[in-house]
Amino acid sequence: MAVTAETIRSTAKDPLIIAGRTYSSRLLVGTGKYKDLEETRRAVEASGAQIITIAVRRTNIGQNPNEPSLTDVLSPSKYTYLPNTAGCYNAEDAVRTCRLARELLDGHDLVKLEVLGSEKTLYPDIPQTLSAAEILIKEGFKVMVYTNDDPIVAKKFAEMGCVAVMPLAAPIGSGLGIRNPYNIRFIVEEATVPILVDAGVGTASDAAIAMELGCDGVLMNTAIAGARNPVLMAQAMKKAVEAGREAFRAGRMPRKQYGSPSSPLGGTFF
Amino acid sequence: MKIILNGQEKPLAAPTTLAALLQEMGLSERRVAVEVNREIVPRSRHGEFELKDNDRVEVVFAIGGGSSGMSRGDGDR
Repeated sequence: MAVTAETIRSTAKDPLIIAGRTYSSRLLVGTGKYKDLEETRRAVEASGAQIITIAVRRTNIGQNPNEPSLTDVLSPSKYTYLPNTAGCYNAEDAVRTCRLARELLDGHDLVKLEVLGSEKTLYPDIPQTLSAAEILIKEGFKVMVYTNDDPIVAKKFAEMGCVAVMPLAAPIGSGLGIRNPYNIRFIVEEATVPILVDAGVGTASDAAIAMELGCDGVLMNTAIAGARNPVLMAQAMKKAVEAGREAFRAGRMPRKQYGSPSSPLGGTFF
Repeated sequence: MKIILNGQEKPLAAPTTLAALLQEMGLSERRVAVEVNREIVPRSRHGEFELKDNDRVEVVFAIGGGSSGMSRGDGDR
């Protein structure tokens, strides 16, 4: 087969670009819920992720200052840290968390905004998320926003200047998979910024489905940390995201109701 | 005098700078961020920043955290 422009285009590098920075991995991972820092490090490495979410919390009074911390194990110079406002239930707490994170990380301004509205479902509080996003963007933060699967809301976040919109596929930590493929598709079709599925992925096929729907990336934590073998699952997720992306770019065959032979019908000797 | 350090009351024998407080906590070499009365105090100002009676001081650092899964008050899991 002749090498066409199309072939060259389709095999060329396909980076994820967020806030002007280029990443070769489309899998973003959280660093919570692991057994220890060593397991965190091994799982993150196996995932191939270049962007990792972190939380900002009080230093434990009287903690052993010689114990390694996350920043020792996963160097902020090697990984893009994505401070997360996890656990915030109002705009004020989320904004405060981001300001502290920026100070903590020497002016690093990429953040994941998440303002929750329910402890049971961990669904986002959209009005609070919108007001936090407005303040943060005004203060120069680059906001990747966790949101529900409403295409209108997703569009609003993009229009106001969020650098990525991250709809849920199912409740955080539920592992229920992509419950809303049609909504995710709507959001992807209208997208003007990268769309990443954040929350809901349970296993590798879920990650592949998110990517086949045309998402620009997937963010997950529990699906890896909660697996029996987190490091092996991290590796599986890496492949699933890559496979899903390639399948999306390749363009799937049309679905047909009946069978359609793959071998020529002519030349049979029976 | 006393301050409220990470939510807990802490008596201070003498006027103290933020830098000295962090030193006492064993955190001067660590990557932390500090807020006093809800205002960030940049690292460059820790040496000159004098704590006042009843100051509310938060000292935070980065820990493992995900796409959430943490409920209210469950910071350390």
